[in-house]
Amino acid sequence: MSDIVPPEVRPKPAVPAKPFHVAPPNSVPSPQGMGGEGQGSGRGSALLGYIGIDTIIEQMRKKTMKTGFDFNIMVVGQSGLGKSTLVNTLFKSQVSRRSTSWSRDEKFPKTVEIKSVSHVIEEGGVKMKLTVIDTPGFGDQINNENCWEPISKYINEQYEKFLKEEVNIARKKRIPDTRVHCCLYFISPTGHSLRQLDIEFMKHLSRVVNIIPVIAKSDTLTLDEKTEFKQRVRKELEACGIECYPQKEFDEDMEDKSDNDKIREAMPFAVVGSDKEYQASGKRILGRKTPWGVVEVENPNHCEFSLLRDFMIRSHLQDLKEVTHNIHYETYRAKRLNDNGGLHPISSSGQDTQESNL
Amino acid sequence: MDTMMLQEKLVEKLLCPRTRTTRQKDKQYVGFATLPNQVHRKSVKKGFDFTLMVAGESGLGKSTIVNSLFLTDLYKDRKLLNAEERINQTVEITKHTVDIEEKGVKLKLTIVDTPGFGDAVNNNECWKPITDYIDQQFEQYFRDESGLNRKNILDNRVHCCLYFIPPFGHGLRPVDVEFMKALHEKVNIIPLISKADCLTPSEVKKLKGRVRDEIEHFGIKVYQFPECDSDEEEEFKQMDKELKECTPFAVIGSNTVVEARGQRVRGRLYPWGIVEVENQSHCDFVKLRNMLIRSHMHDLKDVTCDVHYENYRANCIQEMTSKLAQDNRTDSPLPILPLPTPDVETEKLIKMKDEELKRMQEMLEKMQQQMHEKDQ
Repeated sequence: MSDIVPPEVRPKPAVPAKPFHVAPPNSVPSPQGMGGEGQGSGRGSALLGYIGIDTIIEQMRKKTMKTGFDFNIMVVGQSGLGKSTLVNTLFKSQVSRRSTSWSRDEKFPKTVEIKSVSHVIEEGGVKMKLTVIDTPGFGDQINNENCWEPISKYINEQYEKFLKEEVNIARKKRIPDTRVHCCLYFISPTGHSLRQLDIEFMKHLSRVVNIIPVIAKSDTLTLDEKTEFKQRVRKELEACGIECYPQKEFDEDMEDKSDNDKIREAMPFAVVGSDKEYQASGKRILGRKTPWGVVEVENPNHCEFSLLRDFMIRSHLQDLKEVTHNIHYETYRAKRLNDNGGLHPISSSGQDTQESNL
Repeated sequence: MDTMMLQEKLVEKLLCPRTRTTRQKDKQYVGFATLPNQVHRKSVKKGFDFTLMVAGESGLGKSTIVNSLFLTDLYKDRKLLNAEERINQTVEITKHTVDIEEKGVKLKLTIVDTPGFGDAVNNNECWKPITDYIDQQFEQYFRDESGLNRKNILDNRVHCCLYFIPPFGHGLRPVDVEFMKALHEKVNIIPLISKADCLTPSEVKKLKGRVRDEIEHFGIKVYQFPECDSDEEEEFKQMDKELKECTPFAVIGSNTVVEARGQRVRGRLYPWGIVEVENQSHCDFVKLRNMLIRSHMHDLKDVTCDVHYENYRANCIQEMTSKLAQDNRTDSPLPILPLPTPDVETEKLIKMKDEELKRMQEMLEKMQQQMHEKDQ
């Protein structure tokens, strides 16, 4: 009795014609048309009407704006290379205490210490909890053997903390993420090549955390010296099998690959940091004033600070977090679970009571 | 020579009436004031030699500074090792010798370089090869001096060590302190802040202050400029004072010549400006060059001979005497036996001679003063 009504006869839902920009999220289209106002949407091959899947981006945006972001950045390098100044310049706020105020006795801690400082910075309604992890004492002693071990230990401890939270029966709604998302390694601008210590550090840590090498205080290199130095550094990193972020193996598609290749060609970035403003070319800019001119921090002809900032913050911030979570953390997790036979609950130092089973 | 004749004439006029004969004129004027000129002529014929050591981590611009100081290219065929090749590198000592001549004066310049210093991960005692080298040169000179043929002793002793402090720190690092402490009693150390073009003027001042404080704090005896004689010109004294307040010198070197303000100068070309090596408001290179070459080169040699070498010699002799006393052997490596510690009588004699020497010196000074007054 009931013939299958051919689809063309089915009353079309009354949906306003989909405009070319994203429809406001409140306009959830009604599934049943009320009148004959419906104009055929005819979009795409499978959709017979506007569903509104694309509004999910807007929903995500609202959600994340409410919850905010976490970002943990670690800075490693010898003392005096301008690490704190660079971080302050990157995030345009005083997030890192500069060490020139230290007295002589505190100046060179005997072992590498790990000091982490958190700040919440806000921009455009988006809140970010930025944690800067400093490593004073790295590479400052006469004998620097194994000075990367405290750093490696710290990174693994953060993974361990996260793993424990994940493995709990009653998990927190949002696990606090203290894992190191990015490690900025400061290379001294000698102009010759990488130092022994640089290679050892990066060898040990490039598989555990995202390392972004930067050439510190690069206003001491002329343009030719800069290009030569960068070439040599890149060659040496390749020769030693060190993969810095963005790693080639994690490029997802051609577009990613071409973007990342461009970045890899420009690395390591030669940066200059400053938190003082000067008057130059008619406006106030961040820079360093010397008797022979003003080094402008955000001028791409002077140094590559803006490249670094755009790369790290404006395009790859989320990617840094994802690679840390999906790759480095997973590697750690797999190793841990394998080591434990896969079934035993995780306990860090044996003191904690066993709360959960996998 | 003209000044000598003038002096003679003046003395004549002031002291003697016009009827003096030549013989009596000779009695008044001895003529040893020409000694400096004689020394000058002999030295110019013989030529000078100077050994300069440069020490510091690689990449601090040591070879560039040396090239800029002496306007030569001593490092033409240098090959830089990459990090892999440098894994097993230990500190080496390399020597480059070059003969320079300027206005008839010949200088045999030897630069002792220390590649590999401070570059390894573990830098414990990385200064040991350097101290060994310096001691070796002293030992060789000691033997030569005690030998039979002393006419042509080759002086390879290190007269001065330029130590390069990186500008990227907040002062001296542990390796800097240890190095200078190991060497300050063997060689004249002149600390320098290298690659000073990465520092703003206020940062330079701060860093210099900190380095000076730390040098004092750790009791490091760097090379001190000798005090000016009180009868030097005011201008010279002012210059000297400025020099002393400027240490450690913040230097910049360059192998390239650039065009700045219409002139061709040694400098570094940056997108934001040109750094001129010889511009006093840019860096202290000129002060270093003046001090090292134009005013204090001979003093550096003197201090090396009189202080550092004598210390070494005294230590050496003391060790030998104690060794002899222990072993009771008479064959020593040197042909001359060291004297036993002097007893009371010899000490008295020494004291007497010292006093005589002092008296003679005072007489000489008085005579010099008299001559000065007579000149005026």
